[in-house]
Amino acid sequence: MSSVRVLVGTRKGAFILTSDGKREQWEVSGPHFAGWEVYHLKASPADPDRLYASQSSGWFGQVLQRSDDGGQTWNAVGNQFEYAGAVGEHRWYDGSPHPYKFARVWHLEPSLKDPDTVYAGVEDAALFKTTDGGQSWQELPGLRNHPTSAGWQPGAGGLCLHTIVLNPKDEQQMTIAISAAGVFKTDDGGQSWRPANKGLRSAQLPDQDAEVGHCVHHLARHPSRPEVLFMQKHWDVMRSDDLGDQWREVSGNLPTDFGFVIDVHAHEPETVYVVPITSDSHHFVPEGKLRVYRSQTGGDEWEALTKGLPQKDCYVNVLRDAMAIDQLDSCGVYFGTSGGQVYGSADGGDTWDAIVRDLPAVLSVEVQTFQ
Amino acid sequence: MTVRVVLPHNLTTLASAGKEVQLEVAAPVTQRAVLDALEARYPALRGTIRDAGSGLRRPLLRFFACEEDHSDDPPDDPLPAAVAEGREPLLIVGAMAGG
Repeated sequence: MSSVRVLVGTRKGAFILTSDGKREQWEVSGPHFAGWEVYHLKASPADPDRLYASQSSGWFGQVLQRSDDGGQTWNAVGNQFEYAGAVGEHRWYDGSPHPYKFARVWHLEPSLKDPDTVYAGVEDAALFKTTDGGQSWQELPGLRNHPTSAGWQPGAGGLCLHTIVLNPKDEQQMTIAISAAGVFKTDDGGQSWRPANKGLRSAQLPDQDAEVGHCVHHLARHPSRPEVLFMQKHWDVMRSDDLGDQWREVSGNLPTDFGFVIDVHAHEPETVYVVPITSDSHHFVPEGKLRVYRSQTGGDEWEALTKGLPQKDCYVNVLRDAMAIDQLDSCGVYFGTSGGQVYGSADGGDTWDAIVRDLPAVLSVEVQTFQ
Repeated sequence: MTVRVVLPHNLTTLASAGKEVQLEVAAPVTQRAVLDALEARYPALRGTIRDAGSGLRRPLLRFFACEEDHSDDPPDDPLPAAVAEGREPLLIVGAMAGG
């Protein structure tokens, strides 16, 4: 019998939502780590009982949690994130040099093959790796030592490495995104990196098509076509067909192309989802209507999905890691809002229902599928 | 010496400990010695009171004892005798920064 487990990180703890494959009745457990910000939880694809969670607090710093029983019990593991070698400087908001300082783990990306190996994207922007189940973390310093890094400047949320995309055909090949530096990729497991931002244009930059400096909000890909990447940038929805070597805009008829999340259907590599947000000064959905937009043409042509979603007086945001896709035959789509709702669709987005309505503000959503 | 330490709520849940914990600390009883003993008993607290790299107190935490603020005392200075003798607790307090 199939089932799903939705992992939700919020401003005040983590929640785990479970259902059978019908996805009609849900059980909610939590809050786990009550009172703490949980930027991200994610399960190991190699061992579905192995979960990792990034728990943090402005008072108490970073804690990393690990569960070996599917989230029933948790244990704190290593939380020491030391930059390797010279710490160096990046640019502060006012343009002045500013030393790199670890703040928190934004994103955890477990290896596709080994449950003890996990990559962590952190603020200030760097990539860390554990190979012992989170007990110890080592920086992959080639990224932060890239010649452009002294010029990286934070977005409003900080200088964060928030997206890590592993190539399922070759895990040595990774693509990451930093706000506001842009996309970088490696072919050698993180030793060397190169920017992958050609085709991006950002009005916030003096050189609008600069090699780095773009505020990339999120990346998504379908595992069957690792060379095709979709991007929600600060403004603009973009697509690359060559692993980021060249990007083209596919915003098409979206009501606004500002937003944070982007994801791809489990079985249709050309079906893409975004949630347009009014603007960078209005971090809420346009016209008081919460609408997911779906393209079944790999971008350019978008349709609004509204059934079951509030269509008046709604002013929530949906953050970059707060959408996930399950693998069931009738593909499930999930997203969480700044208002604490987690919505789910069991039919690829045609209809929606709120799984929960009153959680703390949602920071991240992931889903596990059990067939 | 049995030293009493009062933890802020979020650390009691992290450590699965009570609000007040009792620790055996060898003399001289200093801030560093107490925190070392606390982290040895509750490894989950490593890095949450003192930065794991620098060892410095996190800026939004304070150390109070005997109605005095000892946050900025040198970590190897002796704590008040009443703390060392267990008559008064060392209070680890989160700053009121939550609105």
